[in-house]
This record gives sequence, structure tokens and C-alpha cells, in this order.
Amino acid sequence: MIRIKCPICGLRNETEFTYGADATVKRPEMGEQEQQPWVDYVFNRDNPRGWHKEYWHHVQGCRQWVVLERNTLTHEIGECKLAREVEQ
Amino acid sequence: MTKYSALSVFRHALSGNKNWGRAWRDPEPKSSYDVVIVGGGGHGLATAYYLAKEHGITNVAVVEQGWLGGGNTGRNTTIVRSNYMMPGNTMFYERSMQLWENLSQDLNYNVMISQRGQYNLCHSPGQMDAARRRGNIMRANGIDAELFDREEVKRRLPYLDYSENARFPIHGAIYQSRAGTARHDAVAWGYARGADQRGVDILQQREVTGYLWDGGKIVGVQTNRGDIRAQKVALCVAGHSGHLAHMAGLRLPVETHSLQAYVTEPYKPLVDTVISFGAAHFYISQSDKGGLVLGGDLDMYNSYAQRGGLPIVEHTLASAKALMPCVSRLKLLRHWAGVMDMSMDGSPFITKTPVDGLYLNGGWCYGGFKATPASGWCFAHTIAKDEPHEDNAEFTLDRFNRGYQIDEKGMGPQPNAH
Ligand SMILES: Cc1cc2nc3c(=O)[nH]c(=O)nc-3n(C[C@H](O)[C@H](O)[C@H](O)COP(=O)(O)OP(=O)(O)OC[C@H]3O[C@@H](n4cnc5c(N)ncnc54)[C@H](O)[C@@H]3O)c2cc1C
Ligand SMILES: [Zn+2]
Repeated sequence: MIRIKCPICGLRNETEFTYGADATVKRPEMGEQEQQPWVDYVFNRDNPRGWHKEYWHHVQGCRQWVVLERNTLTHEIGECKLAREVEQ
Repeated sequence: MTKYSALSVFRHALSGNKNWGRAWRDPEPKSSYDVVIVGGGGHGLATAYYLAKEHGITNVAVVEQGWLGGGNTGRNTTIVRSNYMMPGNTMFYERSMQLWENLSQDLNYNVMISQRGQYNLCHSPGQMDAARRRGNIMRANGIDAELFDREEVKRRLPYLDYSENARFPIHGAIYQSRAGTARHDAVAWGYARGADQRGVDILQQREVTGYLWDGGKIVGVQTNRGDIRAQKVALCVAGHSGHLAHMAGLRLPVETHSLQAYVTEPYKPLVDTVISFGAAHFYISQSDKGGLVLGGDLDMYNSYAQRGGLPIVEHTLASAKALMPCVSRLKLLRHWAGVMDMSMDGSPFITKTPVDGLYLNGGWCYGGFKATPASGWCFAHTIAKDEPHEDNAEFTLDRFNRGYQIDEKGMGPQPNAH
């Protein structure tokens, strides 16, 4: 069981959260004309074997989106911040 | 090398089974090969086998970091079927089914293919419509499919929950009678033996850690036990695809997720087929040893850990109980996980890559065991001829640039949803 330290609710079980997605992916500027930045944004991923920044939704708690750092190889948990406070 | 036969079993029994030769060699690597295949799972070994058998390319090595079939090939729930409806998938999986049907004879190795049939249950009128559409597409392509109503499913599978209390009432099912299961280890071992007999070097306990470059072209691999040169390098590393692509400067439309499987204590014969629940991600079959083999959802978050979390164990067992209340007192003996190469549309890649000299086989999600024969066959064709066969022509990386995703379930670019 992964335990996530929600900045609002404190330490909670993973079952209260829903996994969102890779939080390092950035949407291109809306005026972006090239195709590749959009393909990269929608489809391509770094998929690291190691530390990963990811969105989780505390859906059965405060209902905030958080950005969690988690190691995909060891499942070690790092920092957890409110998504709206993480610089985009 | 001995040909396996009833007579050889008898002869070796007389000498106490002490004189069986080893099934494949453990050679020292040559300094260079025509093709180096990274990954000694079913797909890598099948690719080597068909390179040698179909294309006469025998100067080939398969480089495996652990032992043969220690990845997803030896960790899966062994369901084999060809009930795909998207153009690009349908005939590829049917080619695989046809190769399965003759695989034991072709390899002279018993892969224990058991065509016990597979049911996909439907729990709403909408699901029945979708099943009818899928079945029609299959039949239009010459693949067997049958649609059963509730009464017929009840007659055939009397042990499911048909009561008033069933959380997800069973409306019917789509059935493929040629589907079934196969022995996963035997598939790896059979292909390994067949490839080795044709001259392929199988190099175990050797991890690929990087590539050899000549300008912008890949000309071999670095391993933890020395460099090996190759004209072509072919990746068959399943959940590690992103990692090995990254070393070549590529980003893939793939995320790595872990998927678990479960086996109960042995039980008297009960489930003589394969049953997929349609209301949650859950399926069940029974092994020859009697254990019920259960599969469920991904753990949902990216993982390379090759072990699963307990919440999904609970979720899977709840699904089992919702479908088949009679299993509620069985104990689980074992559970384990494999790391899946989940692609953005749920479909695979068998293709050249933008990097010269590098070929990719991956993106199998949790459906790649059934694909093993056709995957090796088509990948060998692609490597040998430098162009795809028509059955893998759609499994390119640039389908995402062109808007030609092959999304069987219409889930969108959310890898954990496929
Ligand atoms: C729990 C579970 C249930 C499944 N159920 C089914 C099912 O019922 N039906 C179905 O069709 N499919 C199923 N699958 C999917 C199926 O198992 C896989 O898609 C398929 O086996 C992949 O085969 P492969 O040869 O590509 O990968 P693998 O067998 O994983 O082989 C890849 C190999 O590459 C090696 N490797 C990785 N990195 C390196 C490196 N750097 N250097 C050298 N070697 C390396 C690994 O050690 C591994 O042996 C399931 C998977 C799991 C985990
Ligand atoms: Zn919270």
C-alpha cells in the first residue's frame, strides 16, 4: 500500500486517491503551429525508471489534485505538493 | 540435438533419464553478428527463430539480462485468442492463432496449447451490441465467433452468479472456440531450442547498458560483460522499451505499468474454459494442476518494480466473488507482477525506428503472450527485408503523428485505461 502525504489531509492510503498522469508533460502554447510538439504532448512520455513526478487526485479526501514524486523502481515516496502550487 | 518423440521419452526412461542433452548451448559471444536481439522473452526468441527459419539469417544473438522467459513471458496468465476488430490488429492476431495451432509440431516442443474456448461476458444491452459488432467483424474476416444469450451462457457456465442479487447481471457472451491457453515457459524454451538448433547464440545473464554508434547509426550494443557489434539491433524488452529507447535518444508513446496475476490452491476441475468478466477487468481459467488462475487490473500508476500492491489484490478478488460466488473460500497460493509496456492506444509496435540500425518490438500491454508467434514472425520479416509485412504494417510509431491510432476500446491516450 502506497501512503501519500496530502498537503491538506496528511498521510493517507493510496486507495483514497486516483492516479492521474505524468505531471512533467507541458501543453504547448495554444498558437503552436508545428505538429511534433502536440504529438509529444499528447502521446510521447519519458517513462523514467526511477523518480517520476505525477498527478494524483485526492478524490475521497479533500478532492485536490496533488503532484507526487515517486520512484517507479522502488516505490519510494518523495515530496507531495498541491498541483496548483507547482510551477507550470 | 535429439528430436523429441514418444520413442525418445521411452528410450531415456530406460536409462533413468540421465542422458538427456541440454536443450540449447551456452556459447561465448562472437565479436559481431548480423542481428542482435535484446530481450530473451518469447518475442525475442521467436524473432530469432523465424529470422533463421524463414529468412536464413542465422548469425544472430539473443541477449538477455536474466534468464529466458523470466520477464512477462513467464509471468502471464497465458490466454491466447484472436478476437480483435480494428484494422491492423484483426489479421495480425489471427496469424498468431494459426501459428499457435501448429506450434508444438513446428518446434518439436510441446507448448501445451489448449483450445478450450474463451467467453467475454456482457452485462448490458450496450455491451451485447458491441459484442455483436465485434463478432461480425471477426466472422467477416474468417475468424470464429459466436454470440450467446443469457440462457445459453447459464447452460454452459452454471457456476456464475445469475441470481437477483448479482451486482452485474449477465446478459450474454461472445465466445471464441479456438481461443484458449498455452504453457508460457514452454513457448520460450521451444523457441530457444529451435533458434539454437539453427545456429542462433543465446546469451543469458548479460544486460544491455548502451549502444555502439557509428555517426548517427547504431552498430552494436554495450553490455555489462563487453561490447557486441551488430548490423542491426532489435529490441524485444517489453516493459523496459522506454528505458532502452531513451538510451538511443527516443521517447516512445509508452508507459510502464505493473500487472499482477494470482493462483489459488488446487481445486477439482471446475472452469474448463477461459472466462472474462465484462463489468470489471477480471478473468479466470484453471491450470492443469488445478489452481484457478486469476487476472485483473493494472496497479494504475507507472512502475518498474515487478511487484504489485495489495489494493488491486482486493479489487481482483472482489471481482472474482461478484462473478463466481463459489470461489469465496478458496485461498490464494501465490501472486506476482510483470512490468507492462502500455502503449498510448493499447496496440503494439513492430517497426523500424527513426534511429538507423535500431528496430522496435514493444507496446504489448497485457496482450502480448498470444501475439508471440506472429510478433516474432512479423518482426523477423521487418528486420530481414527492412520493411513490414502487411500484417504488421500498421504497428508503426508514426501512426500517432498521422492520427491512425489503433484503439480497440476507444479509450484515448491514457495508457492505464487500455
Ligand atoms: C500478470 C500478467 C498477465 C498477462 N496475461 C496475458 C494473457 O493472458 N494473454 C496475453 O496474451 N498476454 C498476457 N500478458 C502479456 C504478455 O505476458 C506479454 O505481452 C508478453 O509475454 C511479452 O513478451 P516479451 O517477449 O515481449 O517480453 P518479456 O517476456 O518480458 O521479455 C523481455 C525480456 O527482456 C529482458 N530485458 C529487459 N531489459 C534488458 C536489457 N537491458 N538487456 C537485456 N535484456 C533485457 C527482460 O529480462 C525480459 O526477459 C500478461 C502479462 C502479465 C505481466
Ligand atoms: Zn487531501
